[in-house]
Order: sequence, then C-alpha cells, then structure tokens
Amino acid sequence: MESTRRDLLRNVAAAALLGQLSAEAMQHVHEHAAEAKKATAGVYKPKALNAHEYQTVTKLADLILPPEGGEPGGATAGAPEFIDLLCSGSDRMAQIWLGGLAWLDDQSLKRYEATFLDAKPAQQTELLDLIAYRRNDTPETGPGIRFFEWARRMVVDAYFTSPAGVKALGYKGNVGMQVFQVPQEAITYAISRSPFKEG
Amino acid sequence: MDMPQVMRGSPVHDVVVIGSGAGGGTVAHVLTKLGVKVTLLEAGAMLNPARDYKEHKTPADYPHRGAGDDAASYFGRKDFGFFSAPTGYWEIDEEPYTVAEGSQFRWFRSRILGGRTNHYGRISLRFADYDFKASLLNDGLGSDWPVSYEEIAPYYDKAEDFIGICGTAEGLRSAPDGKFLPAPALRVHEHLIQKSSRKLNIPCVPSRMAILTKPKNGRLACHYCGQCGRGCVTASNYSSSQVQIFPAMKTGLLTVIPNAMVREIITGADGKAKAVSYIDKTTRTEKQINCRVVVLAASACESARLLLNSKSSRHPDGLANSSGSVGRNLTDTVGYSLGGYVPALEGMMKHDTDGYAGGHVYMPWWGLEQKNKDFPRGYHIEVGGGYGMPMLGSFNGVCRSHEGYGAGLKKAILDSYGCSVGFAGRGEMIPNAKSYCDIDPHVVDRWGIPVLRFHFEWSDYELKMVKHMHDTFAAIIEGMGGRVNGPKTVADTARAISTPGEIIHELGTVRMGSDPSTSALNKYSQAHDVKNVFVADAAPFVTNPDKNPTLTICAMAWRASEFIAEGLKKGEL
Repeated sequence: MESTRRDLLRNVAAAALLGQLSAEAMQHVHEHAAEAKKATAGVYKPKALNAHEYQTVTKLADLILPPEGGEPGGATAGAPEFIDLLCSGSDRMAQIWLGGLAWLDDQSLKRYEATFLDAKPAQQTELLDLIAYRRNDTPETGPGIRFFEWARRMVVDAYFTSPAGVKALGYKGNVGMQVFQVPQEAITYAISRSPFKEG
Repeated sequence: MDMPQVMRGSPVHDVVVIGSGAGGGTVAHVLTKLGVKVTLLEAGAMLNPARDYKEHKTPADYPHRGAGDDAASYFGRKDFGFFSAPTGYWEIDEEPYTVAEGSQFRWFRSRILGGRTNHYGRISLRFADYDFKASLLNDGLGSDWPVSYEEIAPYYDKAEDFIGICGTAEGLRSAPDGKFLPAPALRVHEHLIQKSSRKLNIPCVPSRMAILTKPKNGRLACHYCGQCGRGCVTASNYSSSQVQIFPAMKTGLLTVIPNAMVREIITGADGKAKAVSYIDKTTRTEKQINCRVVVLAASACESARLLLNSKSSRHPDGLANSSGSVGRNLTDTVGYSLGGYVPALEGMMKHDTDGYAGGHVYMPWWGLEQKNKDFPRGYHIEVGGGYGMPMLGSFNGVCRSHEGYGAGLKKAILDSYGCSVGFAGRGEMIPNAKSYCDIDPHVVDRWGIPVLRFHFEWSDYELKMVKHMHDTFAAIIEGMGGRVNGPKTVADTARAISTPGEIIHELGTVRMGSDPSTSALNKYSQAHDVKNVFVADAAPFVTNPDKNPTLTICAMAWRASEFIAEGLKKGEL
C-alpha cells in the first residue's frame, strides 16, 4: 500500500513539472482512496449493542429501507454496523439507541405480548406507522417518534453512503476530469421543463 | 512535570511573522522572493497534505462514514465535518474566548499550517472603488481607507497572477475585473438560476475562485472532484501552505516554527518591538525570539488580542493602541440562506456535476444605483445545487418532509436527488460602536494568555438587508418554477440573520487610517506608534464589503511586504 502511495505522489510531482496530470494518473489518485479503505475481516462483531438489540436494529434497517429489485436493503448496506460503531464511541448516541430500542420492545410487549423482533410483521408495521409521523405525537408516542427520527435518519445515511446507495442514486462524481463538461441533453431537458422553455 | 522555563537571547531575526494563513503566507512568499529572511510562527501543527487531506475519500471508506468515531458530526461539534481540511474549530478546548452578556459571537480558528486557507470557499473578489472610499456612496456611513482602489489594483494583479483566479471580465463597477483564468462550464441548475436572475435584472456571472483551470506556477489544473473544502492534494486551489509556504521553505530563507503560541510582542527602550514571546506548546516552554520587524497575521481578532496583551509602561493600553482603536470596529459579513426545490430538474439524466466546490456562477451586487431600498450598501449571492457526493445528512431534509419509511421513503429520496438549489447572501455590515472585542479581565487560556471577550450587535441596516435577501432568493426560485423551502417571508430577521462571526469574515479590529488619533495603522499596514510592527491579515480593513476578504488580505499583505523589504534595505526599520 505504501509503495502505491509513494508511486502516486511521484506521479503527481512529475506531472506538476509537465504541467498536467494524465487522465490515468488522475484516476489513480482517486482509486488510491478506495484501495486505502481498511478491509474489514470477517463478520462484524457488535461492540455496544447486545445480540437482541443488534438483531432489532437489523430488522429496523430493512423495514426503513427494504431490499427491492435486486438492490440490498438498509441491513446489507451496513446500517447495523454503522449504528453500533457510533454507539460504542459515543455515550450520547448509545443513550438514544439503547433507550429507543427498550421503548420499542416495551410498547411491543404491551400491545402484542412479544418483543418488536418477535412480533408479527403486521404488528411491527402497525407500531412503526404510529411512530413514523409527527402528527401522531402524544405523550405516549413521543419518545418513539423522537427515536424513529434518529433511526430513519441514520439508516438513510448509512444506506446512501454505501456503494449500493451511491449506485441507486446514480452519483457519477469523485473522478478526475480534465475539462468540466455538462451534457447538452441534460441542459435541454431541464430548460424544456422550466418556465424558460420559450428561450 | 516539566517546569515552565523561559529561554531568552536568541539571535536577531530579520522578520518574524505570526500566523500562516493568507496574510502570513503572502508575506513569507513575497519577502523570501525579495531575499529577506523570514521566521514564521504558527500556533498549530505542521501540515502534510498527503496525509492530512481527505480529498478523494468517500464516506464508505470509513466505518463511521464520516461521523467520526465519537459520532461528532451528529451532534454538531465539528461544523465543517470530518472530511474538512484539518483543524478548523469554533471551540478549541485549550483556547477559550468569552462573549459579553447580551451578545453572541462565534470565533472560528484554525490551528494548522495554512490556517483557514486550507478549507475556505476560495471565493476571490476584488473590492470596488467605493469599498475603499465609502464617501463615494454619499450615505454618510463608514470611513474611507487611506488607500484607493487604484493604489491597490497593481497588488490585486500580482496576487491574482500568482495564486490563479478563474472568472470572466464583466465590466461591473461592484465587481472589478481581474486577471482571470478561464471559467468552467455552468451546471444545469446554474443555467436555470442564471435565466431566472437575469429576468429580474440581477447579473449572474461566472464565479471568481482561487482555483486553477489551467496549470500555473508549477501547480496542476483542477481535476473537478468538487471537494476543495477538504484541501487539494494537487494544490490546484489556493492554500497558503501549499502555494506559498512550502515553496518559500525551499528557498532556504523561511523557517517555520509550528506549535508556537505567541504571548506578546516585547518592546525595547526605544519603543520599538524587539522580540516576540511565545509558548512552545509541545514542551510548554516559553521562548523569545529577537527580531527587527514583526508582522502580525494571526487573523483579525487574534492579532488584536496580541496587541492588547502586549502592554508595557511605554504602551499601557497595548501595543499600537494610542488611538484606543484596537479591538474596535469589529464586523462580520451579513449571512442569510434559503433553499428551494426545482421540479424542472426531476428525472434529469444523471451526470457528474462535481466541478469545483461552490457555485460556478454568482450574483455580484446589482443595486448600487437603486434609490428605494431601505438598507445601505449591498450583498452578493452564492448558489448551490447539483448531484453532490452523498454524505451523512445529505437527505435529512427529505426525511423531515417525507417522514414515513419503506419503499416510499426511498423513492422520495431518489426522486428529489439533485433537485434542490440553495442561495446564500453575503452582505456588508456597517461598523458600529457596540461591536468590538477586548481582553476578558478574568479568564486566561491554557497557556496563561488573557483571552478575548466579544461584544456584538447587528444594527437595523443589516436586519433589513436580510429581508431583502429573502425576497430576492424567493423570487429567483419561483422564477425558475421552484418552491421555496419554508415560510414565504422572514418574520423575525434577528433570528434569521447569521450568528455574528459565523460567516468567518471577522475583521476591522486594527484599522488603518491617515489619522493616528483614530486608527492603529498607516496606509502600509504599519503601526503609527511602532514603526517596525505591521499587520497583514484582515484586521486593517476599514470596511467589510460584501466581498470575501481573502484576496484583499493577499493584495494588502503583498504591498506591506514590499514596503518592509524596502524599509529593511534602506535601514529604516
């Protein structure tokens, strides 16, 4: 890895003398970042959540962003690892998740005599339908609504920053270009749909 | 524990520069080029761009996805985020500041070689003739600089020529043209914004950025990865560390001393500065460095703090402060932002919109001749939008407005990706007597140095400007068929306006002027009271126009450096 980095920096230095970086070298700069990513060996071991909590988060992640049409859901995109890791490094984050998961189980037990994880799919969605909207805010549902805002936000963050999420979005950037170009087709498309279509 | 020890009696250095941002970097570059030996003190650590810049990383390259191991980004502790170029903070644990009761102020500092030039927006705008001579506007507000645009223009030329600024010549009085490299293409949303602006008779022209669109001075052209705020490994954008300081070090004439927290400037029996006292933060040892000339370039408020803390029997109110003006006239840029959603962009073919970071267009102030506006001076508009790299928080807005979960939430996010635009106003603040900084009589920092206390008040002028900004942004958004995010009008401008200090254009605290009884510095940024003390950051600025200050810091520092080199040669300093 280090030699790659040294090579790269030599490339950059040499290119600076010539006054330009080849497209290939530019791409190399970017690919290096991907290479440098630490390979996570094996299956992630939760650090902050216990097995039941971790499984509950995994379930929540797929309910919030379900797998569809060959695209992975929130769980496969790494949301549970991400959430557990942040809980392990931040007491404040752990408080949000541990408290929220406990609240969710408590509500589920009261309503369905089963933890959220063990409740039937229809029961799980019934409970989520209650806490996924601010309009349902009551003293009883308030803690769940606050928690679900965090859950949704963090699962969405984890998913759309994962390679699968970036692909789903169609983000094309973070590559080297020698000239910045914008496809005329895209310009024409947007203008034709705007108030400026008459020119 | 090591006992603090005081080390004195070093050899006499020619010029000691305090701070390594735009001002300190320019002084180091220009003076070494003119053959002068420079020693530069930086309160932060050395920088290694190859190691410290996270330019090409993606969130997925880190298990914490950019939140930091302590989830910092979720709790707002590092406002510019994990990927931002190193160490810029609003709060530095060992270096507190205080805010007087009833005031608000946020003080952003950077503790690394290159300071805030590592991550600033690179917007590089010349001040206009009337920005130097407020009296040309005949509104009875503000003061004139002791220099005119014509005197500074050659230094704008030199700075632009060296740093490299892209843009286009437009012939607008409010935005004087410079020496520009070509401007890159407009993004799709920028085409719409430009059409909407022009329909409202608001000029919308290519931005002027310290970013190379052609190779220059041994630096590579931009490769359009859109991550300028993270620092640029190929030095295609301007940062003083890579563009000025590292090359100056190679001349052998520049010595950089990092982790040097300056306590005060010490004067001799002749009243002139003779040494700078600093704390080596790594050993907690106090040291003194003897010198012929001191250049303060620590950032406006830090330079004011240093002068105020440099008290002696000869200078009882602080150094260069016989006028009592040091710390006074503190201003920040007026800031206000508004976003909108543009249905015309829905379903557009995906393409790479990274470009350079920030808008490829901006709106310079257009209202100079307007008679019916209810606020003085003006503002410019910066724009945002496009298919940016997805980051933590990128879809917070959709999550808030869409709520729910499941396939519907995902579809809402995918449909709205790239359909938002953002507008940020940056306006002039008129200096007022209630906005200043002084030394807190009760608090010292970890190094034992008395800290700054801020007093700040926006006036009605600035609040009225914010209302105008909102109405203008809303008109542009609606003109392109878009919907404004949030309320149609600003009900409470005092809440809507940026927190003082938040735009990070604090300046004016060691102002220049031709009258030594009302100003601290002369037209060469030289202290009226102490001939061998200069200030080369934004502290000397007399006005704080809507233009970002960095380019003017560079131009003024360049001019001061030539004056210093000449003075040293003639033996006058």
